[in-house]
Amino acid sequence: MALSSPASIARDVTPETVRAQLTGRKSDAAGMLLKAFLWFSLALTLTILVVLIGSQVAGSSSVFSERFGDFMSGTLRSIASDAGIHQGLRGTFWIGVIVVVVAFPLGVAAAVYLEEYAPHSRLTRFIDVNVRNLAGVPSVVFGILGLTIFVKALEGFTGGRSVLAGGLTLAVLVLPVVIITSAEAIRAVPDSLREGGYGAGATRWEVVRTQVLPYAAPGILTGTVLSLARAMGEAAPLILVGAVSDRLGSDPEIFDVSSLRERFTAMPNVIATWAGRPQEGFPALTSAAIVVLLVVVLAANSIAILLRNRYEKRRK
Amino acid sequence: MSDTVVHRPSTGDRPVALQYDPPPSELPVGDVVFDVSDGSVYYGEFRAVRDVNMAIHRGEITAFIGPSGCGKSTMIRCFNRMNDLIDSARVEGKLLFHGVDLYDPAVNPVEVRRRVGMVFQKPNPFPKSIFDNVAYGPRLGGKKSKSELADIVESSLRKAALWDEVKDRLNESAMGMSGGQQQRLCIARAVATNPEVLLMDEPCSALDPIATSRIEDLMQEIKTEYTIVIVTHNMQQAARVSDRTAFFTTEVNPDSDRRTGRLVEYNPTAKVFSNPDDERTEQYITGRFG
Repeated sequence: MALSSPASIARDVTPETVRAQLTGRKSDAAGMLLKAFLWFSLALTLTILVVLIGSQVAGSSSVFSERFGDFMSGTLRSIASDAGIHQGLRGTFWIGVIVVVVAFPLGVAAAVYLEEYAPHSRLTRFIDVNVRNLAGVPSVVFGILGLTIFVKALEGFTGGRSVLAGGLTLAVLVLPVVIITSAEAIRAVPDSLREGGYGAGATRWEVVRTQVLPYAAPGILTGTVLSLARAMGEAAPLILVGAVSDRLGSDPEIFDVSSLRERFTAMPNVIATWAGRPQEGFPALTSAAIVVLLVVVLAANSIAILLRNRYEKRRK
Repeated sequence: MSDTVVHRPSTGDRPVALQYDPPPSELPVGDVVFDVSDGSVYYGEFRAVRDVNMAIHRGEITAFIGPSGCGKSTMIRCFNRMNDLIDSARVEGKLLFHGVDLYDPAVNPVEVRRRVGMVFQKPNPFPKSIFDNVAYGPRLGGKKSKSELADIVESSLRKAALWDEVKDRLNESAMGMSGGQQQRLCIARAVATNPEVLLMDEPCSALDPIATSRIEDLMQEIKTEYTIVIVTHNMQQAARVSDRTAFFTTEVNPDSDRRTGRLVEYNPTAKVFSNPDDERTEQYITGRFG
């Protein structure tokens, strides 16, 4: 805008000119381009998702419509028409349980310690940096760790190449991520809440229990959702820990606790094996197994999301 | 307050009639609750406040006034060990609470904070129900019975002049209240643990004038039960409300660029605002400061 004198402003400021200035179309080419790009990205992502899931659902329809019951109760077999995912479901279920029971309490407790109790020292920073690095380590490496420690060294406790060893391996794998996301959620708790708690005469643990954790619960639960989903989808570490892919003799009930120390398999491994088999019927079987795994993961996530929403409402 | 006349002393003797010099029997008398000698507060190497010598008396309202950065908030937070929350904070000198060294390693800060309550500048209600906010301190102190807690909550809310407004919605979230109500809730929360002392760090600066005057009335009502120390930017508020006033100021620190706070004068309020001992006090209250 050129500099204007009061006289010229008086001349220019009429309803017509103001309307022209305020309503004139100014093109925002960069803004529109960005908007178009964002829409395109969203559409692409959704399309990929829909195509992936849709193709699997379509491919699996024959299995679900014809032999759903047999498929759910069947075991690992070399002939597609006899095979089922019962053993795979069992392995994935127990891996999920072990990850929740082991990694979440440990991870949240470690995050609480790092954020609320640990002094601001070099050692604390060192631990923090190392946890972040561990979160980026490839999952196969955790498989080797699991083999060395849980399968070999702790064979007396885990029973060797068992679902217990597999679950513990995956618990260690997701632990750094749980720690990091929980620590972020705790850091986001406003200090005014802590001050109010201390001011009213609370001890440090009471402030953590009554102010920090309730407020951070939604963030912590989101992190645990992601970690659980990742753990239930990992195949490579389980291969190293000894998950069976061809044939597994025993087929106990899914909720049976007694055989946690025996050979096992899990859904990702079953899927990987079946995907590589050229015989007839296996493509449909693979798709069916994928759909089942997706449903299981979505169910686990939904529980965590429900819990998160409940805590978020309480915060209001 | 009577005789709060702003008086400019001449260079010579002051006219006797205008001098405010009450005989000791007319001063509000109370036991000494806090006794500070040569108090200093450091943040790391930086000395934030120095040379604080003062005694806080029971049943009085003591105001801390002064420009920004003079250490009033830092000082008041020493009285309930809230500076412990800051890693680099360090208190030197002696700070006695009823004769006990407050910073003795054997002293439990949690116990101190039950006896010395605090209200903060920005209202900080917990994201819980109104009832749970007020019952927070007593619950942690071991009170479990519902009826006992209900009694405590009601009496605290009455003391904070909030009961009539919220008695029908005690289970609603505290976050839905207005700023003035939230601050009164924080006051109720602070008195719920039955403390001896109430520290108020600029409690009205985030509030509108009407809410402010309600809280000032509140302070006068509960003054006989509690010893109150209030930090305020508002000199008129200090003059209206307090019995004694401490004036802090900042000084340039020869060692660094930062300014260090210090206590300049500590006297009955009427004296501070009509006939202060120190020239700097007078400059501040008459607005010639800065």
